Amino acid sequence: MAVTRLFGSSVKRREDPRLITGRAMYTDDVKLPGMAYMAILRSPYAHARITRLDTSRASKQPGVLAVYTGKDIDGKLNPMPCAWLPKDSDLKVPPYRALALDTVRFTGDGVAAVVATSAYIAHDALDLIDVDYEQLPVVTEQTAAVAAGAPQLHEDAPGNQAMHWRLGGGDVDSAFRDAEVVVRQRIVQQRLVPNAMETRGTVAQWDPGMGELTMYNTSQNPHIARFISSVVTGIPENKIRVIARDVGGGFGSKIPVYPGDMLTAFAARELDRPVKWVETRRENFVATIHGRDHVQEVELAARKDGTVTGLRVKAWANLGAYLSMAAPGVPTWLFGTMVTGCYTIPNFAVDVFGVFTNTTPVDAYRGAGRPEAAFLIERMMDLLAVELKMDPVDLRRKNFISKDAFPYTAASTLQYDSGDYDMTLDKALEAVDYKALRREQEEGRKQGRYLGIGLSTYVEVCGLGPSAAAGAMGFQGGLWEPATVRVLATGKALVYTGTNPHGQGEETTFAQIVGEELGLPIEDIEVIHGDTAQISMGWGTYGSRTTAVGGSAIILAARKVRDKASKLAAHLLEAAPEDIVFDQGRFSVKGSPARAKTIQDIALMANVAWDMPEGMAPGLEESHFYDPVNFTFPFGAHICVVDVDADTGEVHIRRYVAVDDCGLVINPMIVDGQVHGGVAQGIGQALYEGAIYDEGGQLITGSMMDYTVPNSTQIPTIETIRTETPSPVNPLGLKGVGETGTIASTEAVVNAVADALAPFGIHHLEMPMTPERVWRTIEDAKRQSGTTPATPGR
Amino acid sequence: MYPAEFDYHAPTALADALHLLQGHDGTVKVLAGGQSLLPLMKLRLADASTLVDIGRIAELRGIREDGDAVVIGATTTYRDILDSAVVGRRVPLLVDTVRQIGDMQVRSRGTIGGSLAHADPGGDLPATILAVDAQMTAAGSGGTRTIAARDFFTGMLTTSLNEGEVLTSVRLPALDQARTGSAYLKHRHPASGYAVVGVAAIVRLAADGTCQEARVGVTGAGSQAMRAGGVESALQGKALDDATLADAASHAAEGLDLLSDPYASAEFRGHLAQVLTRRALAAAVARARGGPGA
Ligand SMILES: Cc1cc2nc3c(=O)[nH]c(=O)nc-3n(C[C@H](O)[C@H](O)[C@H](O)COP(=O)(O)OP(=O)(O)OC[C@H]3O[C@@H](n4cnc5c(N)ncnc54)[C@H](O)[C@@H]3O)c2cc1C
Repeated sequence: MAVTRLFGSSVKRREDPRLITGRAMYTDDVKLPGMAYMAILRSPYAHARITRLDTSRASKQPGVLAVYTGKDIDGKLNPMPCAWLPKDSDLKVPPYRALALDTVRFTGDGVAAVVATSAYIAHDALDLIDVDYEQLPVVTEQTAAVAAGAPQLHEDAPGNQAMHWRLGGGDVDSAFRDAEVVVRQRIVQQRLVPNAMETRGTVAQWDPGMGELTMYNTSQNPHIARFISSVVTGIPENKIRVIARDVGGGFGSKIPVYPGDMLTAFAARELDRPVKWVETRRENFVATIHGRDHVQEVELAARKDGTVTGLRVKAWANLGAYLSMAAPGVPTWLFGTMVTGCYTIPNFAVDVFGVFTNTTPVDAYRGAGRPEAAFLIERMMDLLAVELKMDPVDLRRKNFISKDAFPYTAASTLQYDSGDYDMTLDKALEAVDYKALRREQEEGRKQGRYLGIGLSTYVEVCGLGPSAAAGAMGFQGGLWEPATVRVLATGKALVYTGTNPHGQGEETTFAQIVGEELGLPIEDIEVIHGDTAQISMGWGTYGSRTTAVGGSAIILAARKVRDKASKLAAHLLEAAPEDIVFDQGRFSVKGSPARAKTIQDIALMANVAWDMPEGMAPGLEESHFYDPVNFTFPFGAHICVVDVDADTGEVHIRRYVAVDDCGLVINPMIVDGQVHGGVAQGIGQALYEGAIYDEGGQLITGSMMDYTVPNSTQIPTIETIRTETPSPVNPLGLKGVGETGTIASTEAVVNAVADALAPFGIHHLEMPMTPERVWRTIEDAKRQSGTTPATPGR
Repeated sequence: MYPAEFDYHAPTALADALHLLQGHDGTVKVLAGGQSLLPLMKLRLADASTLVDIGRIAELRGIREDGDAVVIGATTTYRDILDSAVVGRRVPLLVDTVRQIGDMQVRSRGTIGGSLAHADPGGDLPATILAVDAQMTAAGSGGTRTIAARDFFTGMLTTSLNEGEVLTSVRLPALDQARTGSAYLKHRHPASGYAVVGVAAIVRLAADGTCQEARVGVTGAGSQAMRAGGVESALQGKALDDATLADAASHAAEGLDLLSDPYASAEFRGHLAQVLTRRALAAAVARARGGPGA
């Protein structure tokens, strides 16, 4: 038999055939006998008092089974809980009801729910609910919301301040006092709409005999959904089953449990029949969480030789109208700890203000806090390079944490596991031929051609994380993972994970891990996820933790299985346990390779248990509960090369090179795919995406016709290069790659465009860098300087 | 997204369609490719109690040559147009335009008649229809009539078609004469694909290389597509160097009631109209001179 290693090979994704041929089982594919359909009436106003709510016309409509309002659920459904309560932060948690009681606080806030025998009847009936609203003043932008005299959202949050959170290290004040240069920039991280391909939804089924609720739910973390559902509905946790089999993307938006999920469960129990609720795309735009939305004031202190000495950040995070489940953790711990990036910045201070506004709640979106941090520091490094007239490459190198310094304890107190930042930068520079590009740039500028080169040398924190750290950060849960590996009598294996991959490909990579450890063919391994009845516990898929934590649990469980199998083989082969050698699924006796048992032989014997050694229990199944000892820190260097059409403001990405080091790689093709998707979303933020509210609080980019989710023709070829610096943190030596693309790419693109436009005196642009914004920035710069660099064609 | 309830008819004869369209209260609508109408109905922005699907009426679909013109049936899809050798040879500008419409799915379903009848300010075809001086034929209970392109578009989402009238075909004068070149350039809306600004330019050179005739249609920028008369007259009889083209193009937005949306302001649309006009003219001139793509 040829020696083929599963670990490290580009096995094709086993989940894809069902996903791309329409045979997956998404929540909307679930059809239960007698199922009814729910639709939610959502507030058309961003802030209003409900002065009259009359559901009688809708209730009388043939086919309508029930209409619920905030009053109907009051006392029966508890408010949606917030599950991240950062310590020392004075966080206010105003009640977030599944349906508004008397005041609506964002366009899309739930007002009533209709359950009917068909989705069409339910949607028609929404038009028959009579509501009178008394409109209240609206505020949608966070710095306006904290200003004196701004409309107030919640009584218990004066000044609309949800929290003030601080983090710091060193002595930032003296760093700035002694600084030779200081650069300052106001950075806006615009609001993004996650737009998973599958909108959210729930099918709830109530079993009155057992008193049990089954919820099919589009969730990244079904066990958390079970936990939260029990808190909101009052149904005991052990009487709730959550199934999230195929989930069509999440990007963080499917971490929280939402009002709609709880209303569906409520209706199913009240009506004693299955109820389905699936968002329309329009509904998804306003009712599913948004991401980012920061305003930051940033200052960087340095010496003239380029040594960075201090960083000061003040950030206002728009949290929307209510606190979504993990919302407070995103702009605090997941952001503030990473603002110093891959640099030895000894002194820093971060002040974050969480702010309530009349907008859709904001929560984790791919990268969650870390893109905001990476963008900030990478942007500031470029601004400092401009100020010092240094090449941005040289400036970065001067401040990199050196590769000998790992494990490196940053001023944030996080301990970076491993890294070699010069190496990834070298590879990226070589791939684009940096020197040649700079020469071309200089030549081009004389002829009115604007080439820009943008660097991002990022590091991020993922593989979330030690449960003790979760507790210390105020996360109201753990971050460990369980795994069970069970080998059946026929030699087929089942692998149970508490994570819930939803497009990332772990049904393949987890099978690769187990196949490698046990010598089983990958076809004989099934990875089971997304069902609380089958899997004991789990904290889910987010924070690039699935493989680093869930995969580590699996490899350790698989090793236990192998150890047991090895002992059983010794018994059956009448050899001493220490004389058994294992290779490629065969247990043989040292020195006499013909005396052997295959893993399949052992599986059969273990399951029938006819001849077990003294004291060994029957079966071939092991579990492992894994709690990581530290986070992991993927890093890399991305370079974006753009051509800017100064006449139309259009940005053309000529090349995009991504050098990523996510530790050891199980499946290079899947890692590339994760980078591609992440970079596409990062480019989306840089060039295309942005949620815009008008003064009345209407989301005016509320459909696919006006909110640009980039498609394949708008994304350049992404050239991926991998390096593998093992992480010492976990048994797999890997770091996680789910979010690196979004964390690294946005600033690479902005840095490239700012670099292209440097001849105009332009050094910063806001996002998305649409043609009009670029064109205006150029026009304004021309007007200000009174000079016009060369332009082509005229 | 759930549309309100509606009735559906799919007649195979034009007369039956016209009959179904008579005497109703205006909520009876023609359904062609459905690429504009159905999304509006799903958003409950258009309300139609009855749809008359004209897609099965054979006489409304197809492409034929008629002397110096090409006649295209109203329900002919974009895909059919792209696949047509006749259109490619005789009205290359139309191919240039249709190529840039929507995506593959939209091009497979959307029809030339639907696009023109819908008169979306961001539709691409109106610019080209105006530049080539096409003629529309419409049928109604009172018989058929022809409408010149200039008289067809009357405002945002409105045309001179009467209630109950069906656009049956479009007649496009051929462009395959000597020393004639054309080009369609567009700034696509990054999300919808529609034209933020689209410019169709046709240039015919005199034997001495000066401009014998230039025709320019601009769509997207304003509430309705228009001919850019100021550009056209600025080129008449001129030697076509870069400076002349740029100068002429500076008239591109004249008379347009410029639109503004979160993606592009009126000012930017006006600016794009000028830049794209200059570039479209330059491409048309190059083709007229026998350059690439002539
Ligand atoms: C995702 C997407 C992207 C698009 N991108 C573009 C783009 O880039 N450029 C562009 O130009 N368009 C674009 N469109 C619109 C597309 O071109 C439409 O197909 C076209 O505008 C309408 O044609 P239709 O055949 O689909 O008409 P329908 O949607 O069926 O009808 C549109 C309207 O015209 C009326 N109508 C249709 N046919 C006739 C007729 N023969 N006589 C009288 N009235 C009639 C209907 O009653 C209706 O009011 C896009 C559409 C979508 C969904």
